Amino acid sequence: MSLGVSGEMPAAITQSAVSANDFSLQVATANGSGSQTANNVLMRAIFRMGIPVSGKNLFPSNIQGLPTWFTIRASGAGYIARKREIDVLILMNPDTAAADVRDVRPGAVVICEKKLGVEKLRDDLTFYPVPFSELVMKVTAGSELAKLRKLIVNMIYVGVAAELMGIETAEVGEAIRRQLKGKTKAIEFNLGAFHLGLDYSQKTFPEKSPYRVERMNATAGKIILDGNNAAAIGCLFAGATVCTWYPITPSSSLCESFIDHCETHRKDPETGKMNVAIVQAEDEIAAIGMVIGAGWAGARSFTATSGPGISLMSEFIGLGYYTEVPSVIIDVQRTGPSTGLPTRTMQGDVLFVYTNSHGDTRHPVLFPSSPEECYLMAQQAFDLAEQLQTPVFVLSDLDLGMNNWMSDPFPYPEGAITRGKVLSAEDVERLKGDWGRYRDVEGDGIPYRTVPGTPHPLAAYFTRGSGHNESGVYSEKPEDYVRNVDRLKRKFETARTLVPGPVFEDRPRAVAGVLAYGTSHWGTVEARDRLSKEFGVELDYCRLTALPAPPSFRDWMQRHDRIFVVEQNRDGQLATILKDEYPEFATRFVSVLQYNGLPLDATTVVNGVLDAQPAPGRKER
Amino acid sequence: MSATVPSAPKTNRLGLAKSDYEGAKSTLCLGCGHDVITKQIVTAFYEMGVEPHRVAKFSGIGCSSKTPNYFLNRSWGFNGVHGRMPSLATGAILANRSLVGIGVSGDGDTASIGIGQFMHLLRRNVPLIYIVENNGVYGLTKGQFSATADLGATLKDGTVNDLPAVDLCSLAVELGCAFVARSFSGDMKQLQAILQAAIAHKGTALLDVISPCVTFNDHEGSTKSYKYAKDHEEPLHEIGFVPFFEDTLAEIPPGEVKDVTFPDGSVVRFHSVGRDYDPTNREQALAVLHESRQKKEFLTGILYLAPEQPSLPDVLGMTDEPLHQIPLEKVRPPKAALDAIMESLR
Repeated sequence: MSLGVSGEMPAAITQSAVSANDFSLQVATANGSGSQTANNVLMRAIFRMGIPVSGKNLFPSNIQGLPTWFTIRASGAGYIARKREIDVLILMNPDTAAADVRDVRPGAVVICEKKLGVEKLRDDLTFYPVPFSELVMKVTAGSELAKLRKLIVNMIYVGVAAELMGIETAEVGEAIRRQLKGKTKAIEFNLGAFHLGLDYSQKTFPEKSPYRVERMNATAGKIILDGNNAAAIGCLFAGATVCTWYPITPSSSLCESFIDHCETHRKDPETGKMNVAIVQAEDEIAAIGMVIGAGWAGARSFTATSGPGISLMSEFIGLGYYTEVPSVIIDVQRTGPSTGLPTRTMQGDVLFVYTNSHGDTRHPVLFPSSPEECYLMAQQAFDLAEQLQTPVFVLSDLDLGMNNWMSDPFPYPEGAITRGKVLSAEDVERLKGDWGRYRDVEGDGIPYRTVPGTPHPLAAYFTRGSGHNESGVYSEKPEDYVRNVDRLKRKFETARTLVPGPVFEDRPRAVAGVLAYGTSHWGTVEARDRLSKEFGVELDYCRLTALPAPPSFRDWMQRHDRIFVVEQNRDGQLATILKDEYPEFATRFVSVLQYNGLPLDATTVVNGVLDAQPAPGRKER
Repeated sequence: MSATVPSAPKTNRLGLAKSDYEGAKSTLCLGCGHDVITKQIVTAFYEMGVEPHRVAKFSGIGCSSKTPNYFLNRSWGFNGVHGRMPSLATGAILANRSLVGIGVSGDGDTASIGIGQFMHLLRRNVPLIYIVENNGVYGLTKGQFSATADLGATLKDGTVNDLPAVDLCSLAVELGCAFVARSFSGDMKQLQAILQAAIAHKGTALLDVISPCVTFNDHEGSTKSYKYAKDHEEPLHEIGFVPFFEDTLAEIPPGEVKDVTFPDGSVVRFHSVGRDYDPTNREQALAVLHESRQKKEFLTGILYLAPEQPSLPDVLGMTDEPLHQIPLEKVRPPKAALDAIMESLR
């Protein structure tokens, strides 16, 4: 079985049957209660038992007190999209208790703080009330652990859940040790708290949870990480040497990870000096200005931001486009517009980023779907930026960037990096200085550049955001302007041949095509299997990995009279771009959209498809 | 310089003629103060014997920002967006710290739209000569007041400026800039010495140069006109600069002097003219600037100088090598490093 992005998904199990390794577990706590460690331990212990798992943190824009939910999905079948239906609820937050109990599916299991008294709210659920606060008082009374009560209580629910669901004690122990790397004392009291919950559950609840785990072997060799760390690792191995950024959720951890990796891997062992420059800028305008300045001076430079940052960067992005400076912008999208829902996810910047800045502009945009693609596409973005001499966007999102994903370990990059068309002093000498910064020598629209500092009297040129001719000299002549922007358009057509191509997966008897990109992939592939199994609706699949799309994409669309376009935004932003760029197919697109700030779930896609594509009648919805 | 064959053209220590430092023909108004500054920049880089290919010129938007095109044709230029020259320059200088950076801006570009980036550039001490060609008006948009226009100054049509001016030099000293100078495009001798010292300086060198706008702000009632500046200029001291590759202080008259030495051995010699002023005293600089504002004096000279202050690349602990020249094996960690990162994520 492959859990890779493009891999064939195994058959789904039916939703109605309760069986092992197929559930969604939600932990409801208050922000700042320190539950993150406990939740990660739960997830990692299940992962260590060989069961495919994903973890999604639904958190508020707040440091302490507001409600937060952590959802762990275990799926023996390998589905790791968010599951809309909650099967197991661990209820610790009194503020959301009633609503949380109301929202779980019939037959769900609820592990709850006893004093909340929620058992009377529904009679179709199995409740496991635990006196968490009493237990924690008992073990910490009069001890130095008293001030850690808030944290200890979290590990008690891990113990209860593990015992009720069959999560192996040894793997929880190992997960705790991994999570708390070397902090002996912390490991000790967390293990103690875990066993307290375990023992209580053992003594108190003879009937175990129907939602259980059973050891399997589907995660061997795999790693767990978030997409931001993956992208940072990509930038590290791409040879990025300048990183300038301004803190913004959900992208901050990308640059922070890059800083951490550079402290270990970019300090010259001989001189002790850094082979990298990292600046926390005063705002996103300065961050992108530094990226473009550094790219102009030859360095591989990048920034990471989110939608509001892109809004501020727009003027500079136009400068980068028009002056043709290599630069990489990683946009970890969040829910807009304006401040929006800053801690929730969205594919909301697609249209904005693709044509960002005033005037006629178009930018290559890459759509990673997984941490591994964050890693790979970060590297591709630097190559493309230098090959094409232009800003290149990597469009991640909060779900991918900040949540925990399983992944295969990353491959080590092969070969040298691509620097594109750069003239050395020797080249300039050979040309006897007869070169023009914006001259299209090969007909691909990509000109030659020199890097500032190149020691030749004829190597220098003047870079300007104002109108310029082929030599970079100021010009307002209509013919110079048109020649230049037409060449830029030609260059964009070249980009079409260089960006990563779509991933196609056709099925016999397909009645339509479905198109997704980025994190919409996961809910889409699961929905596709469910549509097939439960409703007999077969769909061909295309996962778009970049814009502008190569010719093979047109061929795929040509073959489908109806194309469902799955996106996490209100307006069908990619569909809008496609209708504009492929007007001959405009009537074929049917948008399937989710835009509530939560990661896409398969049920949304199933319903969206069935609304427009009635099933042959295998099953009532 | 050593003696040369009499008929040979005059050259600097690199054997380059002054014409090797010139740029395109200016398209600014006849008599514009900016063109005078441009000429002084050409002379300073020529006299200092800076290799043109090592110079990077930056600017934003406005009349002043057009000028990098008018000097050092053999150098790299980047004319970016309005008010954001500091970030472009910061990125470029970090990418290649062997470049000599010079940025030319105006009072609108710096004190209004760009004041945020300006302040953070100063705070970071980015190695850059930052010249503000300060004329108190927006020239390219036809004569609106800028934020450095003095309270009570008038436009040509009689409109009175009713807001106080931003004092860029006070701001710079306050933010820790280690080279703060104010000069006047009409005082070529002083400007030349300051420019040469700025080239020797390894951090941000702020030069706030009053540079009259002959078209929109050279009338009676302007406090940035040629006449006003000439009538009110009050030099703090006479300045002589001796680069490290020369050893005479020929043009400095005898009298009370103070020398400030740069790490490379270059010396700035201050000859006091009536006022006891120590340009290495930050508190005094702030006090004198404050006082001169109250008295509406136009003080010129190097207001504050601290050549040893670490610049941004030093603070970041960066390598001396231009970043794009670092070999791949030094910026792409080995496979073992990737394996170790992967192992930590299991």
